Amino acid sequence: MSERGAAISGIGQSAVGRRLGRDPVDLTLDAALAAIADAGLDRRDIDGLASYPGGWFGPRGFSGPSIPELQDMLRLDLSWFAGGPEAPGQLGSVIDAIAAVACGYANHVLCYRTVWESTAQGGGGRPGIGTAGGGGGSGFRASSIMEWTLPFGAASAAVWIALFAKRHMHEYGTTREQLAQIALNARRNAGRNPKAVYRDPMTLDDYLAARMISTPFCLYDCDVPVDGATAVVVSRADRARDLRKPRLRVEAVGTALRGRPSWDQFDDLTTMAMRDAGAMLWQRTDLRPRDVDVAELYDGFSFLAMSWLEALGFCGKGESGPFVAGGTRIALDGELPLNTHGGQLSAGRLHGYGFLHEACVQLWREGGDRQVAGDPKVAVAAAGGGPLGGCLLLVRD
Amino acid sequence: MRAAVANRPDFRVLPLVTDHNRHFWTGGEHGELRFLRCTVCRHWIHPPQPICPACLGRTLAVEAASGRARVATFTVNHQRWIPGFEPPYLVAIVELPEQPGLRLTTNLVNCDVEDARIDMPVRVVFEQRDDVWIPLFEPDGAA
Repeated sequence: MSERGAAISGIGQSAVGRRLGRDPVDLTLDAALAAIADAGLDRRDIDGLASYPGGWFGPRGFSGPSIPELQDMLRLDLSWFAGGPEAPGQLGSVIDAIAAVACGYANHVLCYRTVWESTAQGGGGRPGIGTAGGGGGSGFRASSIMEWTLPFGAASAAVWIALFAKRHMHEYGTTREQLAQIALNARRNAGRNPKAVYRDPMTLDDYLAARMISTPFCLYDCDVPVDGATAVVVSRADRARDLRKPRLRVEAVGTALRGRPSWDQFDDLTTMAMRDAGAMLWQRTDLRPRDVDVAELYDGFSFLAMSWLEALGFCGKGESGPFVAGGTRIALDGELPLNTHGGQLSAGRLHGYGFLHEACVQLWREGGDRQVAGDPKVAVAAAGGGPLGGCLLLVRD
Repeated sequence: MRAAVANRPDFRVLPLVTDHNRHFWTGGEHGELRFLRCTVCRHWIHPPQPICPACLGRTLAVEAASGRARVATFTVNHQRWIPGFEPPYLVAIVELPEQPGLRLTTNLVNCDVEDARIDMPVRVVFEQRDDVWIPLFEPDGAA
């Protein structure tokens, strides 16, 4: 028994955009019903539910309805379900579902992730984590991991990850012009994706002229909060064979975290949990990085996509800068098309699930103007930064 | 003397002081950067926890580190995340010489943003607010 007993059989996505003002429950239903229909299933076939990070978890807008809520609204009879934030990244919930169907706990698990951060933030700026928009004299005291960061004004993952990017630049000579290629590539691809939120062309000069957030990150190194829900159906591989679409077999997953689960105590300040998740993925398959036709790698911050390129062995440790330099290698017509929908940087922060959704779009050749050429059969989807990291390798038979 | 970058912002979010972390957040009252340390294998422990992660010893004692460190990495933060904590300011991860990997996230102070460097020697200074002494780091000219 392994992850090869599981396959993706359908995907669905709600409208995606800035300040949609839609009820996050509605967005979730749109994505869920679309995914079930895409798989050619009926809701009575769905006997599992999985979600990250659990219902209404975290700051306002960070998550949508809980598993019990969705189960009850659709009156699902469940054999298995799981949801919560303590997982190897946002795709950890999908990887849980993969294990569940491979193990026979369920036949078809609906996995979903809902965000409505843009509407929640309204017209204001993006708040710091744990600050609840507060400040001056609120009496709030920081605890848990925020105890060690908030007193120093390190109130965002932008700051925490900027520290890693800076160290990477120091050790390996990585440049802002190289980081920029992640953002520029995302914007180019977003221009071909009608659902992407930022589609206007961007030049290197635009990037370099943008205001700094936390060096070396400028505005365009940081993803854009949106509203939207994404769902995928994970099915038993044998049950997925004769459904509406060709099954996308799960070839391997990566979930490892061998260093300290911390933003500042991890052993290597130039990489993060993805190092271990990426290594594990290749230990579980005979396929190699060169077999991958398309890569959808988390870019909540540009540097994270660079880290995933290294972690997944597309280039050597420290070599992601030269790997992406000039942008041709990672372009839609390059040797490793990357973030073909525009990533979270330009398509919107669907928080991990957008990458898996796009990997499936490409393998099913449903990408329209942004479809990679040829007959892509192998895709990798990866999500997470810091102590969060999980990845999947999908194969269309 | 040059202008300090993060010398006393109007506001800081303070940590919740508990029996487990009081030694760390109040050591500055005595000018000391204090950690838990294993009495058996002498491992330094951060953040505080009731067991030594190296030898699983359960007998830990509070001990002061030298207060010296090196900048492992830093960032110049330009975004206003917390009203009253106004940018720009330097956020750094510093590593203490007492033990490889013994690190703190902190602010570099008494240092122009252009002058911050990785591997720069720094030393602790404390900023008191209410019942808390926040450990910050400044360039260590003597090192």
